[in-house]
Amino acid sequence: MSAFAPAPDELRELYRELILDHAKSPRHFGALDAATHEAEGINPLCGDKLKVYFRVDGDGRIEDAAFQGSGCAISVASASLLTDTVIGLTTDEADNWFAAVVSLLGGRDGRDSRGNGAAIELGKLRALEGVREFPSRVKCATLAYHALNASIHGATEPATTE
Amino acid sequence: MPEADPIAAAPDDSRLGHCREDFPALDQEIGGRRLVYLDNAASAQQPAAVIDAVAAYQRHDHANVHRGVHTLSHRATEAYENARDDVVRFVNASSRREIVFTRGTTEAINLVAQSFCRPKVEAGDRILISHLEHHSNIVPWQLVCEQTGAELVVIPIDETGALLLDVFDSLLDDRVRILALSHVSNALGTVNPVRDMIDKAHERGVPVLLDGAQAVPHLPVDVQALDCDFFAFSGHKMFGPTGIGVLYGRETLLEQMPPYQGGGDMILEVRFDGTTYNDLPYKFEAGTPNISGAVGLGAAIRYLQGIGMAAIAAHEHTLLEMMSSRLASVDGIRLIGTAADKAGVQSFMLDDIHPHDLGTILDHEGVAIRTGHHCAMPVMEFFGVPGTARASLALYNDEEDVERLVEALDTAKQVFHV
Repeated sequence: MSAFAPAPDELRELYRELILDHAKSPRHFGALDAATHEAEGINPLCGDKLKVYFRVDGDGRIEDAAFQGSGCAISVASASLLTDTVIGLTTDEADNWFAAVVSLLGGRDGRDSRGNGAAIELGKLRALEGVREFPSRVKCATLAYHALNASIHGATEPATTE
Repeated sequence: MPEADPIAAAPDDSRLGHCREDFPALDQEIGGRRLVYLDNAASAQQPAAVIDAVAAYQRHDHANVHRGVHTLSHRATEAYENARDDVVRFVNASSRREIVFTRGTTEAINLVAQSFCRPKVEAGDRILISHLEHHSNIVPWQLVCEQTGAELVVIPIDETGALLLDVFDSLLDDRVRILALSHVSNALGTVNPVRDMIDKAHERGVPVLLDGAQAVPHLPVDVQALDCDFFAFSGHKMFGPTGIGVLYGRETLLEQMPPYQGGGDMILEVRFDGTTYNDLPYKFEAGTPNISGAVGLGAAIRYLQGIGMAAIAAHEHTLLEMMSSRLASVDGIRLIGTAADKAGVQSFMLDDIHPHDLGTILDHEGVAIRTGHHCAMPVMEFFGVPGTARASLALYNDEEDVERLVEALDTAKQVFHV
């Protein structure tokens, strides 16, 4: 028997109602007018492709966010939750969220390897927690976050999960 | 030591019904249920006969080949060359000089692209492939086009996933330097009418390479009857190890071709003012080869021949028809790839559930399928999907596997409320 075989309830943990809702009706879906930051996230393994957009004001605060592209329920819901979450944050704060979500999915409960991100109350992003039991899907859940990270840091190449 | 060579024995198709027991990896549970392995087009499982043959070689007989005079070197050389003879019989080549061991189908196609095609091709020439090809039968030719200024021309498909043969006829002109075509499509399972297409190509003087990776596990293959010029396949899709594959090449063509890579084993004499290349097939086998891989491939061939490829083809044909019709009866399903002549594969979409989500849910139910673009992105683009779910069969699958697949799709619908 495989060590990775999850218990039956874990499917419902993965596909929580909030995830299904955001996958079916993604928020902030589409291109963003006058975006100051944008980046593409590509998962070459499965072909998921998302583009995230941000408009950052003079004080470094994210005024608006959006995304478009195609992907599985996990990657679309994750991008939808992300854009919902970061509006109103400074880019530094958003950076910290990135670390918190990636480490949550890596099983470190919101702390990255240096302990950053611990102070963040993940709120509805906790809905992504179920992904931890499905190692092959972590890349789907973090795709938009890698793109967020790339756009904040001004990367010109698409971010990939590899 | 491996058991006596069973080739002399007549094929015994009565083993088909219980051959699942021959594959140790299938004897396990995933998610608390018997593993249903339907990802054979990606890589097939290995029977104990293959695992044991590789282990026996490594335990008793390993040394480098074609070199030392000591006993183990002799045994290793014999094991490696016996495997070549197995391949000769398996595809009915006319001689062992026509069988080159490679890392897999990909390397075999690259070898032909660079060593056979590139020197003959110039700007304005054409290389003909089809819309069904795996990336490994697209990209090597794109490289040749970049290197020479030749043009890549693609035979289109219809909505069932079958080639448009009248368009093929019109594309075969004097500028075509090679036709490179899958025997069986990996994404859709379409069996291309290669025998007729090869005849037509030859009428125009066009040589033909067949990508046989998805053909050899499912169908009897006879390269002389097909009359193809090159035939490439991989060990791991036909129950052998990874990292070993085969290029069959017509001897007269292989003779004319320059080596693909230089190194040890592919030479007769090396001097700084010039090197004499070795004979076929060694001219194309630079460096120490994958000896244990070849031994495993030989064992896989003998295993398949012990059952009989005709019996395997018949079993899978019946099972594929059953699987496609059971899937077609699922509410909300869209079958992708419905050509009249198919082998081993059914691709599909279920409602608007993304294939990756389907793959995760099916895995949870103990059913392993492939999801994604199957290294055939142009096929996905044609059907307007980001990827598909693909169930692919092998000789050890049975009706219970198909029922478990259909059952798991129900679970997916429950999870997604569709």
